[in-house]
Amino acid sequence: MSVTHIDDKIKRVDAVEKARGEAIYLADLKFDSMLYSRLIRSTIARGRIDRIKVPSLPDGYYFISAKDIPENGKNALKMIADDWRCFADGDVKYVGETIGILVGSDRGVLDKLYKEFEITYTEETPVVTIDDAIKNEAAPLCKENNIMCSLVSDKGEDINEVLSKAAEVIEETIETGFQEHVHLETNGAIATIEDGRYVIYASAQCPFYIRKSICGLLGLNPEDIVVKQTVTGGAFGGKEHFPDVLAGPLLLAESIIKKPIQLSFDREEDMLYSVKRHPSKIMFRTGVDRDGNILGSDIKVYYNCGAYLSSSYVVLQRGVFHANGVYNFPSTRIEGYGMATNTFPSCAFRGFGAPQTIFAIETHLDHIARKFGYDPAIYKKKYFLKKGDETVTEGHIIEDVKLPEMMEQITSASDYYRKSAEYGYGSGRGIGISFYNHGGAFTGNGEQAIIKGRLKLVKDGDKFTVLCGQTEMGQGFRTALRKIVASTLEVGMDEVVFDAPNTDLVPDSGPTAASRSTMIVGNLGYRAALLMKEKMNEEHAEVEVQYEHPEGHPWDQSTFKGDAYLGYGWGAACVEVEVDKLTNEVTVKGVWTSHDIGKPIDELIVHGQVNGGVMQSLGYAAMEKMENTTGHFKQSSMSDYVIPTSMDFPKQEYFFVDNPYPWGPFGAKGMGELVFNGTDAAYVDAVERALGITCTKIPIPVEDIEGLRR
Amino acid sequence: MSMIEFKLNGKPVAFDGNPLKRLLDVIRDDFGITGTKEGCGEGECGACSVLKDGKLVTSCIIPVGAVGGCEIITIEGLRDTPQGKCLVESFAEGGAVQCGFCIPGMVMAAEALLMNNPHPTEADIRLAISGNICRCTGYDLIVESILLASKKGEGLW
Repeated sequence: MSVTHIDDKIKRVDAVEKARGEAIYLADLKFDSMLYSRLIRSTIARGRIDRIKVPSLPDGYYFISAKDIPENGKNALKMIADDWRCFADGDVKYVGETIGILVGSDRGVLDKLYKEFEITYTEETPVVTIDDAIKNEAAPLCKENNIMCSLVSDKGEDINEVLSKAAEVIEETIETGFQEHVHLETNGAIATIEDGRYVIYASAQCPFYIRKSICGLLGLNPEDIVVKQTVTGGAFGGKEHFPDVLAGPLLLAESIIKKPIQLSFDREEDMLYSVKRHPSKIMFRTGVDRDGNILGSDIKVYYNCGAYLSSSYVVLQRGVFHANGVYNFPSTRIEGYGMATNTFPSCAFRGFGAPQTIFAIETHLDHIARKFGYDPAIYKKKYFLKKGDETVTEGHIIEDVKLPEMMEQITSASDYYRKSAEYGYGSGRGIGISFYNHGGAFTGNGEQAIIKGRLKLVKDGDKFTVLCGQTEMGQGFRTALRKIVASTLEVGMDEVVFDAPNTDLVPDSGPTAASRSTMIVGNLGYRAALLMKEKMNEEHAEVEVQYEHPEGHPWDQSTFKGDAYLGYGWGAACVEVEVDKLTNEVTVKGVWTSHDIGKPIDELIVHGQVNGGVMQSLGYAAMEKMENTTGHFKQSSMSDYVIPTSMDFPKQEYFFVDNPYPWGPFGAKGMGELVFNGTDAAYVDAVERALGITCTKIPIPVEDIEGLRR
Repeated sequence: MSMIEFKLNGKPVAFDGNPLKRLLDVIRDDFGITGTKEGCGEGECGACSVLKDGKLVTSCIIPVGAVGGCEIITIEGLRDTPQGKCLVESFAEGGAVQCGFCIPGMVMAAEALLMNNPHPTEADIRLAISGNICRCTGYDLIVESILLASKKGEGLW
């Protein structure tokens, strides 16, 4: 067995079984006498339920709803708060809210019964958009003003005074739309009973979240439920909290029926009735002097949270802490508001609130640069954050910022400066540029105060088993962690075992989210392996490690002051386009990116993450349009919600800079979300230049560009 | 209803049921082989791709009644052939696989391409897999893996 080294080029451990079609995803799992189920959902955005007419159910078919929750149970899914009801009861707050679960053995019969449900409502005027929520004309959905959560961050002098002294105050509003995850595997879960205990199999990112969220329905403790992750066909945040919404009704049904029950969404259900990226509206008042130098910016950030809080407050915090992008302005004030609406609750999606505000600041700065006749790249560079600079949370940047070097890489590779000067504004050709970052792991001291991640390493002869709750969802962590542990132990990767988590068998290492797996849990694996090296002579040995926050980086969660993130990933992107001025058809000619992820743990994995994240960002800007003005999503399939194909964007050119992070394994930082956070703005910048237009809202599919040209 | 007879992965099979049942469901439920995935159910994403008489089709929009007398090859029928092994190995080596849900369909699309064009260009490959959606990879490493297969599998196609 050859020893694995961290710089070895290796094959992913799960690649062959997936490519051979042998990996068992949720819908491939079969149990004896397994039943199937469908959720019965609200068809209106807001109102009272007057009557539910349940069709006559054949023997062995069940309809289970809020009334079936036992007396010691609570009708709530405990995510961060517990406001999300497992079943609507009395009223409904959004289209698609779960009213009940229909269970039986034959899927054809279930489909027929599903259509026979008659639910009558007294409808009320819904609050659907951010503007609806701000205007507050319908009865407020949350408090007196629809504000579900809010926070303020500022630095420098009083922003109103700064703006009052400015030569000019530039006001601009930037908006972003819903984005659907479109993980190729839809959401699904199975509930069953094994050895007298409730077991949930789920396509999910966070098995420990599920048991915590649903146990209260039956008055149980989290430990009373076992969650086993199945091979997960993509997630991107869409399977962070949302699996709870499937697992809750399944658990209640299981407690009554006591046979294996599967719930698996078809694509239409997954599009219409699942969480999305928060739409945003971001309003700037930026004070500049006569030469266009920025004196300060007053930023108001509004996110559409939908009807329940889910993870929205945390998403909003991240949005606010990233609202000044990679820049250091003398003064900044950022107010963030999470608005309650009668839409499907918004939740985690790769980037977790940062992409919206980063897109907004990048685009806003492009417009200011253009107004004063500067090249955006040169204009933005003046404000790049540097090591030691104060952040908007009164913390500091505690690492070297290699943006100038990264900018040099992408501008050279793309020939940016020549093209930027030569391609006239409105010439049909354009090159755009953007800069971005992403704070790794949970904000502030969340890793220590909230998560307290633990990992265990067990030695049995020549075999080392890693036990932790991290999941593989496509991002490559099963391979990365085995590689980290094997190279630290100086053994071969084949000697290290790391399976999909079962909550009964592994310690809780925290969620697979927030770009924390490699940076935080990877480092737990590294530390455990170092300890294990002392025990290599023992036949059987165990070590367990827990997260330790580095000294000297305080955070106050009540005031949001301190070092919000110990290490950021940093990014820079160029996109070049040609636009047919007759048809507005955009052809992307090149995409160049550079990322600082500390140190890449595996060349192929990070290459794939960059390509995929950048592509999702391009889709977000260029094509992925999900509309909702009535409470109903207008797009319901992969033919009307279009995501990028192999033909839409060219091969990407990518670079990394080396910037080892002292508290990450082998110097690695987070990267999964970073790579989503900025190419959208470079694309929009390029299209604006090519057509001589100003764009303040994404997406801009071809059919919408004509409107911008008028 | 009459029996629908066809060849599935080289073996003669018969389906006795609703001829409008989707080929995908017949493969997965009636014959119990699950390498073929359902991604969208409307022929848009290619996760359910199989070969029907050597042509790439999406099995979610083909009624089983339309395959009487045909030869259907799924990933299970391809993976242990020299061509299938070469593709699987190249996908693993080239880093084409992330969540993996689109990959069996993607391998079928690559096989369909290489059967007709053993030495494709990057542009040929992009066109050939344009009906197969992948949300994870951004396609670059899939394209490179198919190029790799075409090189490593010289003479196989």
